Amino acid sequence: MTSLVEIRQLSKFFPVTSGLMHRKTGDVKAVNEVSFEIFRGESLGVVGESGCGKSTLARLILSLIPPTSGTITFDGQDINRIGKNQLRHLRRKMQMVFQDPHSSLDPRNSIYRSLEEVFKIQKVPLSQEKINARIVELLDMVGLKPEHCRSYPHQLSGGQKQRAVIARALALTPEFIILDEPTAALDVSVQAQIILLLQQLGDQFNMTYLFISHDLALVDYFCQRIIVMYLGKIVEITPANLSQKQPRHPYTKVLMESVYVADPLKKTQTPIIKGEVPSLFNIPEGCSFENRCSFAKDICRKKSPELMEIVPGEFMACHFPLTYPEEDDA
Amino acid sequence: MTLLKVENLNVSFRTRDGVVEPLSNISFDIDAGEILGLVGETGSGKSVTAQAIMGLLPFLDGRISTGRILFNDQDLLAISEKEYQQLRGNQISLISQNPMTSLDPVYKVGDQIVEGLKLHMTITKENARKRAVDVMTSLGIPNADKVFNQYPHQLSGGLKQRIVIAMGLCSDPRLLIADEPTTALDVTVQAQIIELFKRTTQERNIGLIMITHDLGIISHLCDKVVVMYAGNVVETGRVESVFTEPKHPYTKALLKCIPKLGMADRSLHAIPGNVPSVRTYPDGCRYHPRCPDAKAYCMENIPEIIPVKKTLVKCHQFTPQWRTAS
Repeated sequence: MTSLVEIRQLSKFFPVTSGLMHRKTGDVKAVNEVSFEIFRGESLGVVGESGCGKSTLARLILSLIPPTSGTITFDGQDINRIGKNQLRHLRRKMQMVFQDPHSSLDPRNSIYRSLEEVFKIQKVPLSQEKINARIVELLDMVGLKPEHCRSYPHQLSGGQKQRAVIARALALTPEFIILDEPTAALDVSVQAQIILLLQQLGDQFNMTYLFISHDLALVDYFCQRIIVMYLGKIVEITPANLSQKQPRHPYTKVLMESVYVADPLKKTQTPIIKGEVPSLFNIPEGCSFENRCSFAKDICRKKSPELMEIVPGEFMACHFPLTYPEEDDA
Repeated sequence: MTLLKVENLNVSFRTRDGVVEPLSNISFDIDAGEILGLVGETGSGKSVTAQAIMGLLPFLDGRISTGRILFNDQDLLAISEKEYQQLRGNQISLISQNPMTSLDPVYKVGDQIVEGLKLHMTITKENARKRAVDVMTSLGIPNADKVFNQYPHQLSGGLKQRIVIAMGLCSDPRLLIADEPTTALDVTVQAQIIELFKRTTQERNIGLIMITHDLGIISHLCDKVVVMYAGNVVETGRVESVFTEPKHPYTKALLKCIPKLGMADRSLHAIPGNVPSVRTYPDGCRYHPRCPDAKAYCMENIPEIIPVKKTLVKCHQFTPQWRTAS
């Protein structure tokens, strides 16, 4: 497996200012020293609660905002060191689908114009007929009809709008698409349609996906590997299929237990985790999960755990990863 | 004892484009101490049902409601607005989806709880405050005395939702309606709030109507479930019966299209098509355009809601006419 995107020690701090002179009084550490790679053709999931830095991470990878430190290498090129024109060229290969399809489409543009715009902005040397043919082809790929060209966003349902957004993301045959909560605004029956569509397109074009969501079950279904984030840091990188293996990081365990299964026979008492995600202004010293963790000991309050590879392909940032009796026997 | 009984409730509005009927033939009931889940997708009529019970549907636009909503044997559709005001917020409380918009940003949260209390009963300022702090403490709000004097922006999302629940519970209602109360919250906080609802309904022996699109929450929290689709109740019964042996094709499909942990790869099912809007409800069974088992018979005839084993189902499949129909 070769990697398409490599992220090394990536951080993004937003300065906090106060007072008349806008003196800098601190930092919001939205993404804090994050390192991982995305392999070609895989679907990598990022889960975490609000404020864990998922969306900032997505914007950093597409170079929509500059990082505070660290590097992002896309296809061998450091995206923050190349020129503007090169970056624009590179952007053809990376696309993004946002959460709310309604605000991703210009309400005054027909679907045709929204799609055509992509080719104009990127100055693709195609004749108008070829562009038109390509637009019809794109609509067909995502399950829309050619006559939807003439529709305006308000005439389409949420699912149809998200299909149009996906068609736009596919227009320039990208290699890599970031999906930032692509189904959060949709109904469950439509969510399943979009997920199946994305899987089918992924197979067809050998697409690499970065799938961002707060829904652990959805990420587990869609992805091959999962990154769990908490307060700007990666706490665990694990292969998907979480139910087949026991969670090792206490936070992953909590997330898994917070998922309600639609099966009344599996009615288990949810062990409730205390407290809420602390604000990014006052991240606890030491391990950032320490104040909510039921396994926390003295060292957790003092020293922040490093992300370490404990088994090949599995990374973990915890002083006391969970172990299970069966493993000791084996 | 039956706390609330909704019988054949129909709600329609006269609009410029003709009459639309967001609710037709809704029937269900709920006992004290029971939790009823109302589940459905956008436009299925969940929130309109809640508003109809609360008497909050706009009188403008030519609202027409028929049927009966019996609360403690009193028909809510027959009482005057003044009588309704005595019930609303007092006997029946509504907790809405977004705690940010339910709280006024310029008033202290404690004063907002007290405001509701003073509106509904004669109570001194000190007693009202004491009562509010007590309810807040019982809902697991730490340092309730201090939180009482804080403004909404100083509180986290989970705390704000607890305040909104406290507002709903303060007047000691018999029935609580929660409209998607955890959608705006993180999963770990959602779990806390769901447990809180479970505990509160048992402790206070009140009825709770939980409106949500999350079948997982229904399965975990509720005793009974009402599955709604396009303004109809399509299936209703005890949670165990409906979830282990769903009868209606829509309930079956809905259960299959949620991803679960441990689901085999590529085993997710989607329901083709979209939820119809209130202006374009199809004739006959409203689910027939998306139903894999639909026959021509389903397009022409509106199904009755009939008992099938332990649940009530609105589907032709369980009638002898359907089996012989083409």
